[in-house]
Amino acid sequence: MTPPTASAAAPLEVTDESAEKSTTSPAPNPSESRSPGQLAWRRFKRDRTGVISACIVIFFFVIALCAPLISALYGKDPYTQYGQEIPGLLNDAGFPIKANGGIDGDFWFGVEPAMGRDVFTFLIYGIRTSLLIATATTVLVTLIGVIVGITAGYLGGRTDFLIGRVIDVLLSFPSTLFFIAFMPVVYGLFVAPDEEIPTSLRATCLILVLTAFGWASIARLLRGQVLALREREFVEAAKVTGASPARIIFKELLPNLWTPILIQSTLMLPAFVTAEAGLAFLGVGIIDPTPDWGVMIQRGATFYTDDITFMIFPGVSMIIFVLAFNLLGDSVRDALDPKSKR
Amino acid sequence: MFRFLIRRVIGALVILLVISAVTFFLFYAIPRDPARMACGKVCDAELLEQVRVNLGIADPMPVQYWHWLQGIFVGRDYTGIGHCNAPCLGYSFTNSEPVFETIKTDLPTTISLALGAAFFFLIIGVGAGMIAAVKQGTWMDKTASSLSLLGSSLQIYFVGYIAMFFLVQQLGVLDPPSYTPFTENPGAWVSGLLLPWLVLSIIFTANYTRMTRSQLVEQLSEDYVRTARAKGLSGRNVFFRFAWRGAMGPIVTIFGIDMGTLIGGAIITESTFSLQGLGTRAVRAVTDSDLPMLLGVTVVAATAIVFANILVDLVYALIDPRIRLA
Repeated sequence: MTPPTASAAAPLEVTDESAEKSTTSPAPNPSESRSPGQLAWRRFKRDRTGVISACIVIFFFVIALCAPLISALYGKDPYTQYGQEIPGLLNDAGFPIKANGGIDGDFWFGVEPAMGRDVFTFLIYGIRTSLLIATATTVLVTLIGVIVGITAGYLGGRTDFLIGRVIDVLLSFPSTLFFIAFMPVVYGLFVAPDEEIPTSLRATCLILVLTAFGWASIARLLRGQVLALREREFVEAAKVTGASPARIIFKELLPNLWTPILIQSTLMLPAFVTAEAGLAFLGVGIIDPTPDWGVMIQRGATFYTDDITFMIFPGVSMIIFVLAFNLLGDSVRDALDPKSKR
Repeated sequence: MFRFLIRRVIGALVILLVISAVTFFLFYAIPRDPARMACGKVCDAELLEQVRVNLGIADPMPVQYWHWLQGIFVGRDYTGIGHCNAPCLGYSFTNSEPVFETIKTDLPTTISLALGAAFFFLIIGVGAGMIAAVKQGTWMDKTASSLSLLGSSLQIYFVGYIAMFFLVQQLGVLDPPSYTPFTENPGAWVSGLLLPWLVLSIIFTANYTRMTRSQLVEQLSEDYVRTARAKGLSGRNVFFRFAWRGAMGPIVTIFGIDMGTLIGGAIITESTFSLQGLGTRAVRAVTDSDLPMLLGVTVVAATAIVFANILVDLVYALIDPRIRLA
């Protein structure tokens, strides 16, 4: 007796609910019909840490983009050796005469010891170089990681096995060691050993090497996600209706992968900034006189015992940037994926 | 267990073979003549040809690689230079010493650096994470979380110099970084490496605090913890006998990866503190285009990483009996 009544009650309830819904639907209800993106955006806006760190990150990118404009207004450039040209800035030993690294109204962040360049413009151009390289690398790494990860996960079988082994090998490479070891190899591919290496080529090579060793982790992550998604009903349904693999990948799988892709790439960018700076610090990345965060720290390291002020500017600004970007990454994850725990 | 070990070691050897092959062929793809570099400043055509034969560079590449591999296991004879004993990684172009000997002299510095730093960051990191997890939501938890966030944004090449400036130069509370062998003078070993250890641990601690906290929080909300508490076990008992074990697995994993990277060459750390270890050796090999040295350091570093991973899997299984090695 019980089962029939239960099954009879069930549709009744459903019709009740739908009736209720239909009465409310004509009135514009703001809590309904929101896309997941809009929901995430609302969650993000409520997260104060996230908004503040987003502002800081945007501030850095604006500085990087507007570096030529800012230095034109400020009236100096990062290459002129003011300390050598204008007397009274550096003493005989090459150190700023004024206290705190020579900070004054003309040189906001002081003067570089020995070379006598302006620290402020050198820093903003340095941020420009570093962010350019890190952003380009992040875009490339994400692109390659997504393509390889989805291909491996979707095709499975032998392709997946092969790609999996390549990823294994790449992830067990000692990465910093390989960065420094491969830079000369990559330069050697483009330039004869005795020739001067142009800065644009250095930047390109850096991006290439960082990308070559960077895509594996995101590819592995997405492969796992695709493996789980592949067996789901909506993919089955798409296959049954005769959708092409390209359609399944771009229209069925990719929309479900945006969250991990976005989270991974926001966490990746600051890592590339510090990796690039580390290579410049070791002298195998961007080199003096091209302004760069890592180059500044390397320069600062040569005279830190006498003038620590010079090093404070690139060091502290990098910490602020990386910290803000890490916080932003956490907030983006919270907004897109509220169930995830830290 | 035994079968697992065998399989993992074979897998590791395959990976090492691939890494060494890739490195070998890529390095020799540099359009520079290795013989020219090994020959030194005074070099004429005849001598150059002699060096080329001595180094075995006249042979085709795969043959050269095969000789190089052979050298590792059975040693190798160089005409004109002499015999290079069993784990032979060739001769350095710059100091003409066997590569393996040079690596052996550099290794203690790197290992001391890694072990000492690990001691500090494990104790501080895991300890802070445990406190944060147990005292969830209190000021202690919040302080630990914010400090770990800050720590993960710090860079060794900046913090290292700042620490050297203030702690060594200005205040003089720590000795300038240097390496003295432990067997020679344990006191000097500690005092010389204390600053690098502390700076490294500031940066590494962050990750461990965060991981320990999140893992423990997750474990403490599991059903088995509630059951154990309901059966009347004390909080401390539950924590140290059950929850802790469940939480340590992922921490052991990242610890293994970190140790592999540190032993494989804490390149930036060693350069910052001017310590002569594997990392600084690698940087110098790059600037000098010393291919045999670079290849040797890379293979040793990769070996450290790969075997650290195997070790991690073993320890993982010991801590967490649910993981079965098969």
